[in-house]
Amino acid sequence: MTPTETRIPNAATKPNPNSGHLAWYAAVAACIKLFLIPSYHSTDFEVHRHWLALTHSLPLSHWYSDHTSPWTLDYPPFFAHFERFLSLFARLLLDPTILHLHDGLDNSSPSLIVFHRLTVILADSVLVYGIHRLGKKLRSRERNLMWVLVVWNPGLLIVDHMHFQYNGFLLGLLLLSLSWLEDGKDLMGGFAFAVLLCFKHLFAVAAPVYFVYLLRHYCRGGLVRGFGRLVMMGTVVVAVFVAAYGPFVYYGQIQQVLGRMFPFGRGLCHAYWAPNFWVFYILLDKGLAFVLLKLGFIIQAPTASFTGGLVGYSSPFAVLPTVTPLITFVLVLLSLVPCLVKAWRDPQPRMITRWVAYAYTCGFLFGWHVHEKASLHFVIPLAIVAIQSMEDASHYFLLSIVLGLEGLVTFCCCPTNLPLVQLLSSTSMPSTFSMRFLAEGGGERQWKVLVCGAAGVVRIKDVANIGGWPENTVAVKEKGKKHKGCDVEVLVESTQSSMSFLGSCLVGRLEEGVTDLPAAMEIQRRAQRNWKVTAGVQASELGGACFLFTLPLVEDAQGVLRARWSFGDRRVELEWWLPTGCCVK
Amino acid sequence: MEKRKRTNALKDDVNEDNIWWLVVQRGLAPSFISISLFALLVRVAVSLHPYSGAGKPPKYGDFEAQRHWMEITINLPASEWYRNSTANDLSYWGLDYPPLTAYQSYIHGLILRNFLPDSVSLQTSHGHESYLGKLLMRWTVLSSDVLMLFPAVFYFIVVYYSGSRTGCKSDWAWHVAMILLNPCLILIDHGHFQYNCISLGLTIGAVAAILSDKDLLACFLFSLALNHKQMCAYFAPAFFSYLLGKCLRRRNPLLEVLKLGFVVIGTFSIVWWPYLQSVDAFLQVLSRLAPFERGIYEDYVANFWCTSSVLIKWKRLFTIPSLKLLSLGATVSASLPSMVQQIWAPSKQGFLYGLLNSSLSFYLFSYQVHEKSILLPLLPASFLAIDEPFLFKWMMHYALLSMFPLMCRDELILPYISLSALFILLYYAPGGRKEKRDALSPSNLKSFVVVFLVLCSLVLHVVYLVVSPPEKYPFLFEAMIMLLCFSQFLFITGYTNIKQWMTLKDSALKNKEKKHL
Repeated sequence: MTPTETRIPNAATKPNPNSGHLAWYAAVAACIKLFLIPSYHSTDFEVHRHWLALTHSLPLSHWYSDHTSPWTLDYPPFFAHFERFLSLFARLLLDPTILHLHDGLDNSSPSLIVFHRLTVILADSVLVYGIHRLGKKLRSRERNLMWVLVVWNPGLLIVDHMHFQYNGFLLGLLLLSLSWLEDGKDLMGGFAFAVLLCFKHLFAVAAPVYFVYLLRHYCRGGLVRGFGRLVMMGTVVVAVFVAAYGPFVYYGQIQQVLGRMFPFGRGLCHAYWAPNFWVFYILLDKGLAFVLLKLGFIIQAPTASFTGGLVGYSSPFAVLPTVTPLITFVLVLLSLVPCLVKAWRDPQPRMITRWVAYAYTCGFLFGWHVHEKASLHFVIPLAIVAIQSMEDASHYFLLSIVLGLEGLVTFCCCPTNLPLVQLLSSTSMPSTFSMRFLAEGGGERQWKVLVCGAAGVVRIKDVANIGGWPENTVAVKEKGKKHKGCDVEVLVESTQSSMSFLGSCLVGRLEEGVTDLPAAMEIQRRAQRNWKVTAGVQASELGGACFLFTLPLVEDAQGVLRARWSFGDRRVELEWWLPTGCCVK
Repeated sequence: MEKRKRTNALKDDVNEDNIWWLVVQRGLAPSFISISLFALLVRVAVSLHPYSGAGKPPKYGDFEAQRHWMEITINLPASEWYRNSTANDLSYWGLDYPPLTAYQSYIHGLILRNFLPDSVSLQTSHGHESYLGKLLMRWTVLSSDVLMLFPAVFYFIVVYYSGSRTGCKSDWAWHVAMILLNPCLILIDHGHFQYNCISLGLTIGAVAAILSDKDLLACFLFSLALNHKQMCAYFAPAFFSYLLGKCLRRRNPLLEVLKLGFVVIGTFSIVWWPYLQSVDAFLQVLSRLAPFERGIYEDYVANFWCTSSVLIKWKRLFTIPSLKLLSLGATVSASLPSMVQQIWAPSKQGFLYGLLNSSLSFYLFSYQVHEKSILLPLLPASFLAIDEPFLFKWMMHYALLSMFPLMCRDELILPYISLSALFILLYYAPGGRKEKRDALSPSNLKSFVVVFLVLCSLVLHVVYLVVSPPEKYPFLFEAMIMLLCFSQFLFITGYTNIKQWMTLKDSALKNKEKKHL
């Protein structure tokens, strides 16, 4: 047994085709979700029950014009069809009164609660499938982290399984779309996104990003081919929208549908304040009004509050100009510009998730009538981005913990839920934490090495081979004449296994001398004899007068470093292995 | 040198295909904290569900009993707690646990009175049920769990893995999860409503103290456990025989025994102080603790007396005193082999088996056993989970089944299902000790029997829920469940007794080897 083999569990980091772990994570999450069945549920529960009854008992043409309940249908048609689909099962399994438009109002019988909660739990399978697709190409550790971050996301658990909504299902559609885009299957990705928009139109914030990306990535390859593809994509998207909205156009209901879906009469901020830009704006307004009043100006007190949950027109500002939906729309678009420019210049599949996450963050910060729950829209895609590098991980950490959870806690404030919510979030902390620490512990750091001459590259690859690194940790990029004197750029992405291996590697440089440069075998033989390391030393050439010494243990390497060594008349300068250390300078 | 290195590598080797690697990254304490946070989350989630006797006047259930004790203890002086009076009607959930439970009720009663005086007012609060009341009561259990059970388990794990035992980090993470996420304990404490976490926590502390050779501390902690719930006497033979066996091997056996006895008697007298003023008061409390009039068994418990009563009507054939003697004889003779083994050759591993054997023999043969008592044998089984994973899983499976009728009555089927599923998921968590656990089904016959029995239990679950029993035998399905569980528990008792005696052989072999070297 060679020493290097005992130390490096390299098999673990290789991509693993089975996704048994994902099933395990999802099953554990499902157990927790089952526990949460009797927990508090918000008015959204009644909203969805009403929609079940509405879609079940009324014909399609009346879905958007019904006024039986204040909770009118304000999601796009596909979601209404989804509710209709669920109502079929509800009719089979439950007491039929809950599907009655009038008699069922405010009904929350235990069997209905169990049924409703189970539909959410089952609908989450779309999310699981989505991240299964996204994780296919990743290495085992990254994939596990991503799965944990998404499947056990406390925000999702709280909003979907306590508060009651179907975000897991909808985000699953988004992730599916992203996974197809990352695979380069743009048509499928575009189709899935169009379907998603017909389930919940709030996801449209990312539409500009999608548009630019698909235009530049899918519709390329010359004018004719590009135009053909544009037509193809256009047909698919339009077909989806026609399937959704066509019947309503036919019944002359489209005005009504759009009016319900975009209730601009609701306040700038939602009844549950989202911690976004407009909070500052409102505070500024209040402050200015206060100061001006003190200074003797006459200020008309605002007539409406900012945060009406229901539809009703309002003009709440005292001093500052009123914010209209158009202004918020323009602001969101403006904030998207940097990302759009990037997508236009270099549309890369691996960047699309990042851009979509960015788009939802912008929508959250500047959007009209944003609900705290909307933070999920960027937290989940960010979780997928977060595993890519240390920097992303800390972004995710900050945004999800500080913003997502703190916001969510405020709206679940009733005594039974408080510890539950806190616990849900704190249980997910270890995973986030461990990810952060992993990253800090040398997990994700990338070394960029500029090397002149191809020899150095070969050597680095040798080291990678000896260490049994995963294949894609060392990336070699040919550089043009931009970098003076350097032909090749080497990216060394250190993983834990490579770190532990490198920890016991030394690089020795032989000083100038009269004798010929010895061979690696000779050096190895001498080193083994003199260093008294029982389990053996390996020496390999690194080009020039440099040699790489692989020692079995870190302690051995430390011991060797303590003394001075020479080879014949040549002094050996020993130092710890660094990517730069082994390169021909 | 070579060997040492390999074990080190084994310890640090956190395979990334292993589910536990997420929690074992940062060393022992943070991992323990993250697992216990998860365990706490599960407990909080279970506590959302109904408690025993919710909305069922006039007697309600264990929840009302605990609340009533708080009411009694904070409104009456300690001397009145166990005495029948106009203010304290002992026939309505009279206090029948030892004084430490009463003190605990007193402290929790103070907390309740602080937030919700109505819930503990004398007489008028009978059957008090309110949102805040339930919440506060649930939080008292949660806090006792966090204060007693969790630190005790931490102590145990640290001690258990500090010795010569080597293993992956993921092993002990798995072990912690197995002990903390014991579905039966969570269901009874946080669903049904009881404070087993305190007495079991004290017992775990005592076991950990034994494993770290702090015998006096163990005596102190175990005496406290006995004073919280007399049921902890199930473990007494094991503690007694191990400590006695150990003392006999010392240079001065009598002195050692005296020291231990002094600690035990001292602890008892401190706890019982208010009742030691007169013989009357003492006897009054004692008679409350041993309610022989309640019969030899309660409901349908999977022990010997209840199962055999299908054929022999014990309650009709014998008087209570003779039944007392019979059950005492049966219990003692069942626990005798393991006691003898421990007195003869006390060892730590043998002690753990001894705990399991003595508690199982008490469960199977002692007087007045309740189906909840299966929690006690489950505890030592969870200690042994790393050596006997199959035994632990098997026992947990049938313990859950034996409690199933109770859970149905309490309307706790939903947490029952999800807790069982969670247990199975954690048990088979990818990575960890998978190979070792799977290696336990060598022969076809054995695996066939296992599958058949598991299928039986699953069918019984469904049948119990769906089919209504024939009118002539209204408790037919309960009896079937009981029969199946009893047979398995009996089998386990036999197996663990044999295993305990085999530890003797193992240690003898080891000693021989040592001499050779």
